[in-house]
Amino acid sequence: MSLEKITQVTGRGVFVPGDDIDTDRIIPARFMKCVTFDGLGEFAFADAKIAEKAAGRLHPLDDSRFNGATILISGSNFGCGSSREHAPQALYRYGFRAIIAESFAEIFFGNSTTLGIPCVKMSKEDIADLAALIEKTPSIQVTLDLTESKVTTDDVDFAAEFTLPGHAREPLMNGRWDSIADLVDGLQDVRARVAAIPYLSAK
Amino acid sequence: MGKTLLEKVWEEHTVRTLPDGRTQLLIGTHLIHEVTSPQAFGMVRDLGLKVLYPNRTFATVDHIVPTDQRAEPFSDPLADAMVKELRKNCAETGVTFFDLPTGNQGIVHIVGPEQGITQPGTTIACGDSHTSTHGAFGAIAFGIGTSQVRDVLATQTMAIGKPKVRRINVDGKLAPGVYAKDVILHIIRHLGVNGGIGYAYEYGGSTFDAFTQEERMTVCNMAIEGGARVGYVNPDETTFEYLRGRPYSPKGAEWDAAVARWKAVASDKDAVYDDVVNFKAEEILPTVTWGITPGQAIFIDEAIPNPDDLPEKDRATAHEAIEHMKLPAGTPAVGIKIDVAFLGSCTNGRLSDLQEVAKHLRGRKVSPTVKAIVVPGSQGVASIAEKMGIAEIFREAGFEWRGAGCSMCLGMNPDKLVGDQLCASSSNRNFKGRQGSPTGRTMLMSPLMVAAAALTGEVSDARKVFGIS
Repeated sequence: MSLEKITQVTGRGVFVPGDDIDTDRIIPARFMKCVTFDGLGEFAFADAKIAEKAAGRLHPLDDSRFNGATILISGSNFGCGSSREHAPQALYRYGFRAIIAESFAEIFFGNSTTLGIPCVKMSKEDIADLAALIEKTPSIQVTLDLTESKVTTDDVDFAAEFTLPGHAREPLMNGRWDSIADLVDGLQDVRARVAAIPYLSAK
Repeated sequence: MGKTLLEKVWEEHTVRTLPDGRTQLLIGTHLIHEVTSPQAFGMVRDLGLKVLYPNRTFATVDHIVPTDQRAEPFSDPLADAMVKELRKNCAETGVTFFDLPTGNQGIVHIVGPEQGITQPGTTIACGDSHTSTHGAFGAIAFGIGTSQVRDVLATQTMAIGKPKVRRINVDGKLAPGVYAKDVILHIIRHLGVNGGIGYAYEYGGSTFDAFTQEERMTVCNMAIEGGARVGYVNPDETTFEYLRGRPYSPKGAEWDAAVARWKAVASDKDAVYDDVVNFKAEEILPTVTWGITPGQAIFIDEAIPNPDDLPEKDRATAHEAIEHMKLPAGTPAVGIKIDVAFLGSCTNGRLSDLQEVAKHLRGRKVSPTVKAIVVPGSQGVASIAEKMGIAEIFREAGFEWRGAGCSMCLGMNPDKLVGDQLCASSSNRNFKGRQGSPTGRTMLMSPLMVAAAALTGEVSDARKVFGIS
């Protein structure tokens, strides 16, 4: 299976503030009544948008200044909670191609990597600086460079390092981020292992 | 140097090391349900692959099933389509389906153990984050996304990095009226909702030794709420006795061989851990959450904290929680008015949960201001509870006795909060909007605390309401 080699993501950014943004927040459960992932994009942060409106505020995804953003920026423990792949699927279908946060929940991180969405960790201070730049000039282009592990912007002088574990970074850069091909390659070894384990071979 | 259970199970189930350094890990037992599997079956078909070991995948339907009107077709056509899709996928691939008419349907994390499918020393995966529940048997059990459900269907393996292991000891005797739910809420309160990222939690100590199998499941269920994808307890006689005679448990000579293997898989006495944390059972009191993460928890005799008094890293979420919950800082837990009481879920929807509440409930009545529902975790639980007269005790007290499913834990079926109703809930998540209404409010607590709140109409100390001392 040949997949895109993801070495760089460039696009406009949007900052969704908050820590512990869970996958129910990213895609409320009622939108999971579906047998395909198609069409989930429009429901990303559906209830958060409604809540902000009710409080007389605008959710960043409803703010036309950030229309067309492809890089999502947020706080710590992003994507905690449910294992629903519907969450990164919704973000991908909305148009996001990378996520920058202080930290990520583990299942969300893995689900996103499998879809080819780099989830990179950056310090709270750098995130605040980047968010301020975007707030001031929503049109600036943000670039994640996986080779250099750096986030930069055009026009202004911003550069910050990010971290992305090697087990995610290398598959993204080599176009092997969806592991199914590698797993299928190992099927002969799988059968041998099954035969060697008592509770599996007994059946 | 000794090994942990995790290391032993990992070694036995390692197929090979992948080019990216992760392990291709054999998943001995795969559990599926209607919400996260249809796309996976579709992907397997689209790739021209097949279900490799259909006898190692087991299905049930739980998230979207109605708990009142259970005749098909369901009133919600989307829910109806999802059940039919799973039925079709199982029939086509030969996967065993604990379907609604079988009498064995229920929440996947309750069905696996009660069928004896969940066994020590095995690897288990399911497209649901509360798969950590199965760790109570000394299994290594992962919640996975749909692409990984595809991977497991097609290859019986998945790509995953080996976690570190944090040993969490709880020693001593819990006071009367303090339960396994309080233990896990207390642990998450102290280690944080992201403290477990990168770790498997191994729970042990004399409190866990004394716990029943079902109490261990309650704790392991919420490992993920502390950020740990995996939580487990070493298997012992309690585990073996629970499994003896269940439909999928080994029989005859195979049973003895299995028990010998299960004993050997437990962590060695001299196992080395990446981290060790100790708690004392005597310090744990009945606990409730006050905010929008399971870590925002207080003892029943405490008040909602002032965010500015919390560590800096917790303040933003605390402010957000206070705004969402409409409960100002300083509000005592006791006396917070509730609208709904929900007793059920993969955390606390097992027979022992219902038994414990029923023991205290006889002769009492739910407050007229409260809608109270009990949702047994499985048809098996429901059937035994009905035979034992437990269902009748709940009905007489004014609870609605429902059919088995996930129900109001996540509001994917018709059981939802309305508007900003506040729910005393025995489930596992108090996220904004979790129970089906974007403005709905959830306070997590033990089943008996839910019952106490249902009777009084407000968050109450169950020990006082029921005269437990």
